[in-house]
Amino acid sequence: MTTGSMNAGEILLDCQSAWKIFGTRAPAAMDAVQRRNLGKREVLQEFDCVVGVSDASFQVGRGEIFCIMGLSGSGKSTLIRMLNRLIEPTSGQIKVKGRDIGAMSEPDLRELRAKHMAMVFQSVALLPNRTVLENAAFGLEVRGLPKAERNQTAKAALAKVGLADWMERYPGELSGGMQQRVGLARALTSDPEIILMDEPFSALDPLIRRQLQDEFRQLTKELGKSAIFITHDLDEAIRIGDRIAIMKDGVIIQTGTAEELILNPADDYVAEFVAGISKLHLIKAHSVMIPPAEFQREHPGVGLESLPLTSPDTDIDGLIELMVGHRSAGLAVVEAGQIAGVVTPTSLLLGVKGSQASETGGH
Amino acid sequence: MTFQFSIGTWLAPFVDWLNANLHGLFYVIGRVVEAVLGAFQSLLLYPPAIVVILLVTITVALLTGLRVALLAFLCLGFCWLMNLWPQSMQTIALVFTAVVAAVAIAVPLGIMASRRPRLEAALRPILDIMQTVPPWVYLIPAVILFSLGQVPALLATVVYGVPPMLRLTTLAFRQVPKDLLELGQAIGAPPRIILTRIEFPAALPTLVVGLNQCILLSLAMVVLAGLVGAGGLGAEVTRGLTRMEMGLGLRAGLAIVAIALLFDRVSRSALQRPAGGSRI
Repeated sequence: MTTGSMNAGEILLDCQSAWKIFGTRAPAAMDAVQRRNLGKREVLQEFDCVVGVSDASFQVGRGEIFCIMGLSGSGKSTLIRMLNRLIEPTSGQIKVKGRDIGAMSEPDLRELRAKHMAMVFQSVALLPNRTVLENAAFGLEVRGLPKAERNQTAKAALAKVGLADWMERYPGELSGGMQQRVGLARALTSDPEIILMDEPFSALDPLIRRQLQDEFRQLTKELGKSAIFITHDLDEAIRIGDRIAIMKDGVIIQTGTAEELILNPADDYVAEFVAGISKLHLIKAHSVMIPPAEFQREHPGVGLESLPLTSPDTDIDGLIELMVGHRSAGLAVVEAGQIAGVVTPTSLLLGVKGSQASETGGH
Repeated sequence: MTFQFSIGTWLAPFVDWLNANLHGLFYVIGRVVEAVLGAFQSLLLYPPAIVVILLVTITVALLTGLRVALLAFLCLGFCWLMNLWPQSMQTIALVFTAVVAAVAIAVPLGIMASRRPRLEAALRPILDIMQTVPPWVYLIPAVILFSLGQVPALLATVVYGVPPMLRLTTLAFRQVPKDLLELGQAIGAPPRIILTRIEFPAALPTLVVGLNQCILLSLAMVVLAGLVGAGGLGAEVTRGLTRMEMGLGLRAGLAIVAIALLFDRVSRSALQRPAGGSRI
């Protein structure tokens, strides 16, 4: 497994080797898995148990949006439910803000869920007999806050998601996208550090989905929240996530930024997934440049100083624009005042294809 | 030689034993039930009929709406006009008490059964028996233990009213959407709050159906209970039957229909109102 680069800073959530085995003989199966290294199929045959999640490890930093992408049945919904112990892990440790949630008492766990980790569901799960405002305030109501106070907080959260005019309506009167906004407002009302998003936008139509994705990312970053976002859609994961974990059959195959997944897929499965993704905004200059020496060997007559300059974070889209605009043989990538590399038309084309610039190039 | 198995040879001595040894207990239960019923009946019968009718109508109007209030007024007015006011009040007191008792027994048990499949499996045959054994049959031990009157009638009515309420409670709670339960847990709500603020509202429509079943079966049973001297409209129906007086039987019968309507509509609209009515 390749682990991608971590954002520097405080680690809010630390999932260490979490397992979930479903079935009446789960403990025995877990034991056998650890001792004899049994596979998924053997566990099913021998113990009649299903391995939902196997050996999942990852960390999420403060302010980071971490996407877990997998197709249905890959165990992603099970995994996210282990993070707030809606599903009890069979083995492994999950720490939230340094505290092992597996060791928490029921009241402590309830407090954690009420104050520090909110969840948004694919089905939205709004209470049909309550108004939008009452739904948004439900978490605070459960905590026993006085009505005026909780309504004030809920109103602020609803305003953030653009539903200020809909507070007295009932969920049944709202469109799917608006309902999910209420779900998000309800999660924000308790001002949690971590938001667990369980395929929240999957049931929405593409246009609304896009809009909500952008709004969600903007809002989360603005408020400095961390989010763990489950999706079956790689485009969504790339749009929203700072880092992405790809899951298959209960295993996290690879974790990394979108760029890392595209340029260095851990296996064919990941490669196949990322194959159809447009690289224009994902791959940056530092991944497609070749060393200056190599450029000079190829183009002895062209001086490096004469090349148009660009930064390592310029994406392919920007590079193409520069390259076409200047009709030059290359673009000099300047990092910390020095020319770190050169993007040539060839390396740019390779980047569009999703390959590294050259053996010696890249980072 | 024939083999015969008679439950009666086992049950009869048991009932006799209960009667002989626990007579004091049954006596106390009987007196308590009688006192509650008696107090309720006197409360309904003490003021003039027209006062009761108006009070009920106003209460219903405040609780639900004008339409149901008008219906309540007409139903009670009908009982009064039929010259069956005291009997109707006796029946209302009996049914009301029986339904409250049946709900108090059935709802907690039903909720438990919805969470524990084993308990439900154990309850099912008992409920089947309670519902299918002709009600006359359990009037017999009830009368043996509590003698004639309103007490055996009330107990038999409760026994008859519990199964539908219990079954539908189990169903109602099992039908609560899983995602709402998950929401309750994920939001950090304690079990008590999940029960009262999420499960009850979601289960309410089915619970109302159960309550109506319970009320209607209780009313049917109360009529039968006229046979054991429970008084009320049942006694009038029985009298009509034994004397072959079509008019009396019909009047009492229609009054029962009026009371059934009253209970059904009032309970239905009173319970459904806070749930947001048609806006869901």
